[in-house]
Amino acid sequence: MITWWLLISVGVIAVSGVPGLLLSRQSDLGQRIAAVLNVIGSASGGAALVLQHAHPELSRAISIQWALPVGRFAVAADDLGLIFLVPILLISALGSIYGLTYWLQREHVGNGRKLRLCWGLLTAGMAMVVLARDGVLFLMAWEVMALAAFFLVATEDNKPEVREAAWVYLVATHVGTLSLFAFFALLRYGTGSFQLWSALPASVAPRTAMALFIVGAVGFGLKAGLMPLHVWLPGAHANAPSHVSAILSGVMLKAGLYGLVRVTALLPNPPAWWGVTLLVAGVLSAVLGICFATGQRDLKRLLAYSSIENVGIITLGLGLATLGRSLNRADWVVLGLGGALLHVLNHGLFKPLLFMGAGGILHAAHTRQMDLLGGLGKRMPRTSVLFVIGAVAISGLPPLNGFIGELFIYLGLFRTVTSTGGWGWVGLAAPALALVGAIAVASFVKLLGAVFAGTARSAHAAHAHDPDTLMLLPMWTLAGGCLFIGVVPLFVIGVLDRAVAGWAPPTLGSLGTIRNYVSVAWLTATAIALLAAVTLGALMLTWWRVNKPVRAAGTWDCGYARPTARMQYSGSSLSQMMVELLEWVLWPRRKSPKIDQVFAAPTDFESDVPDVVLDRGLLPSFGFAGRTLTWARAIQRGPVQVYLLYVLGILILLLLFA
Amino acid sequence: MTVITDFIHLLLLLLMPPLLLGVINKTKALFAGRVGPPLLQPYYDLIRLMRKGMVLSTTTTWVFRAAPLVTLAAVVLAGLFVPLGPFAAPLGFTGDLVLFAYLFGLARFFTTTAALDTGSPFEGMGAAREVTFACFSEPALFLAFLVLAKLSGTLSLTPMLHAPLTVPLFGLPLASLVLVAAGLFVVLLAENSRIPIDDPNTHLELTMIHEVMVLDHSGPLFGLILYGAAVKLFVLSALVLHVLVPVQTGWAAVNWLLFVVEMLGVAVAIGVVESAMARLQLRHVPTLLVAASLLCGFGFLLMLR
Repeated sequence: MITWWLLISVGVIAVSGVPGLLLSRQSDLGQRIAAVLNVIGSASGGAALVLQHAHPELSRAISIQWALPVGRFAVAADDLGLIFLVPILLISALGSIYGLTYWLQREHVGNGRKLRLCWGLLTAGMAMVVLARDGVLFLMAWEVMALAAFFLVATEDNKPEVREAAWVYLVATHVGTLSLFAFFALLRYGTGSFQLWSALPASVAPRTAMALFIVGAVGFGLKAGLMPLHVWLPGAHANAPSHVSAILSGVMLKAGLYGLVRVTALLPNPPAWWGVTLLVAGVLSAVLGICFATGQRDLKRLLAYSSIENVGIITLGLGLATLGRSLNRADWVVLGLGGALLHVLNHGLFKPLLFMGAGGILHAAHTRQMDLLGGLGKRMPRTSVLFVIGAVAISGLPPLNGFIGELFIYLGLFRTVTSTGGWGWVGLAAPALALVGAIAVASFVKLLGAVFAGTARSAHAAHAHDPDTLMLLPMWTLAGGCLFIGVVPLFVIGVLDRAVAGWAPPTLGSLGTIRNYVSVAWLTATAIALLAAVTLGALMLTWWRVNKPVRAAGTWDCGYARPTARMQYSGSSLSQMMVELLEWVLWPRRKSPKIDQVFAAPTDFESDVPDVVLDRGLLPSFGFAGRTLTWARAIQRGPVQVYLLYVLGILILLLLFA
Repeated sequence: MTVITDFIHLLLLLLMPPLLLGVINKTKALFAGRVGPPLLQPYYDLIRLMRKGMVLSTTTTWVFRAAPLVTLAAVVLAGLFVPLGPFAAPLGFTGDLVLFAYLFGLARFFTTTAALDTGSPFEGMGAAREVTFACFSEPALFLAFLVLAKLSGTLSLTPMLHAPLTVPLFGLPLASLVLVAAGLFVVLLAENSRIPIDDPNTHLELTMIHEVMVLDHSGPLFGLILYGAAVKLFVLSALVLHVLVPVQTGWAAVNWLLFVVEMLGVAVAIGVVESAMARLQLRHVPTLLVAASLLCGFGFLLMLR
């Protein structure tokens, strides 16, 4: 019953953009209908999930034979899926409300309807990926999700940089899909059916399991944006409309992580290198992701790279849990996976918050270049408060939610050290995570400093203003969520525990709950103490100000007579030291003039941090391949008939050899 | 008994920090052949600042005013988790070590954001340096925590920091602790902006870190910042002491006295370092901090055996 209910809710969201297609391009009615349908679908789906959590016995899996020769329409919801479904529904609804102002149909006559159609399809695709219990259905949902995301990224396809980012994304996502075709084919080969997510039978050869893990990790890792498979991510997330970036970054990356979580559960006792591989990949992604983030000049590219970091942290937790699975350590499983899943939820709150905030800035100041902004703290006070909340949360600082998730993972890592058995070196991931945390603070302080602090560096920034309520409301909701989970983590612990229990193999015995390893009451108490102390201090300061002179003056400029906004430390200057220290990883691009005269002529300096893998590795090698392999174009004629002929030929060949 | 211990802890945490600054300044004065300011000068400064009015830059927003409060609240809360001498800290739970480190992160986040809020390029420089150097000291701290966690088998600061008390006189753990102590002392100097990483005594130099970030704060806000910095020095010194001189006696009163003397000793040591060394060139600071991480890292490797 609940599963049908969920499916119908997802269906409502899927068609939310359709009525708009039948209405005039100039009318905002279709947009409002879409938002209403989206909110109704999400609320109803959310209610179904709550019921599912409270009464799991009411939920039954659906399995229907369909007209296709392969696969079935098999759908089920479980505790693990719930963690991924909540952000999907939440961000879909909030994003469509946000879009009411941000992407007003009247102002975006050309692409508004396309955006909303794909928005619904993307949400439904992601939800079906999580719900699917059949390989064929999974792949279909996966493709709907991937293609809808492509059209969403390419919303403003009149801009060349948007087209390029969308193409890179499309290629990357199909490399991933190819990998997943191999994955499901192997799964079929191993288990004899397309039925999903039950553990592999013991009869499956270790070699098959190994191949499954490798193609699964590549396919899902590409979608998750793990380094060095992240090439498509920064461009796509930076060039999409901001609420689309919010759902892509905050939610769609998690589809890849969902796959990884399922893949690691395929074997009850996987070889230890599975966990170690994920741990190493996670640490690399986290460290490199945030290193690249800190060097960015584009507001949204910074946020996109920070998503790579967060995906890395989640993968790190998952790797620890997988290692715990291999070595029969319940505490590593509970803390590692518990922390990873909580971070999935958390990142689904603060990343959309930050992207929506960035959208507000883009809307008001018309630029994503941080070095052209500045002084928005005064011009956009509400956005600035929201952005600070998001930045504190994403840096993993108390008392917000980011801290709780990272704390669980830290504790799991520390427990590898305190236990015996020769796996203590895994604990070295903890200092790496600390490094990530410190660079995250550096990156987000840079962001806040360049965008909100000081005075405006351009005319655009000087006339910016807070967005209207419809855009602020979703952000307040998300910020409230960050604070809520940060102060009362108990609320989500139950959900996490059940999800972890669903993932852990029965051989592990009784897992215990997260509360056996962390005192949640202490976390609440310290968060409240911190908030109370600051509030009390603020009240005292206000009281103090009543009877003491407070004078306003300009910022102290060391006696310089005519300070200008251009003399402020820009975002690039804030990160310059960091970028220089990390030169051997980031390979920054600099164009500095040679000054050889005493009275130098006016000149300019340029620096940028391009993506090492994409801009320095892949694109040049593709260019080389394009030049040297021109002869291969002979088979690429163009007419569809020729391609059909190829397909026919291949089929005949396959039939001959099968 | 624990109530009394907690009370003394709170009293020391709140009242003693400025004294450390006084001792450091006195030591430096003695080295330079000056009489120097009175030992209690930092207290006088704080009281005077709290009674003054203030000047707020027109560029600043709420972040500028909130930062001193958040910073102070964060470091005092962190201080409640660190045991003083052989006594248990008032607060403690499994995992408090992460909270401890991240509270300092929160303080850093707000101090640097407030510095940028003024729009002054000087403060921007300070903020950039602060966040950059923290990236090097943070891993060192966590490596040290790994060693202590391994040594004690727990994940709470009080038992972790008390573990060195029971380490046998010869053996690998001691060697490891010596390395960690050296690493942590560098972290102490870096986190508190002391020579050779930063020079707290010059204002308006292009090379400053902490002092330059608070140029625009005045009156009570500046008082809160100075006090918060002193508390931070106190808390980190108390932490490092456990690894540096793990000794205790059988009597509680003597232990408290010993702790106070040890703290003053750390202050003198910092004063000596500041008198005997010059500030490093900025570009050499990361090298020093990486060295600190490596020391702690080697300490950890020894423990893995």
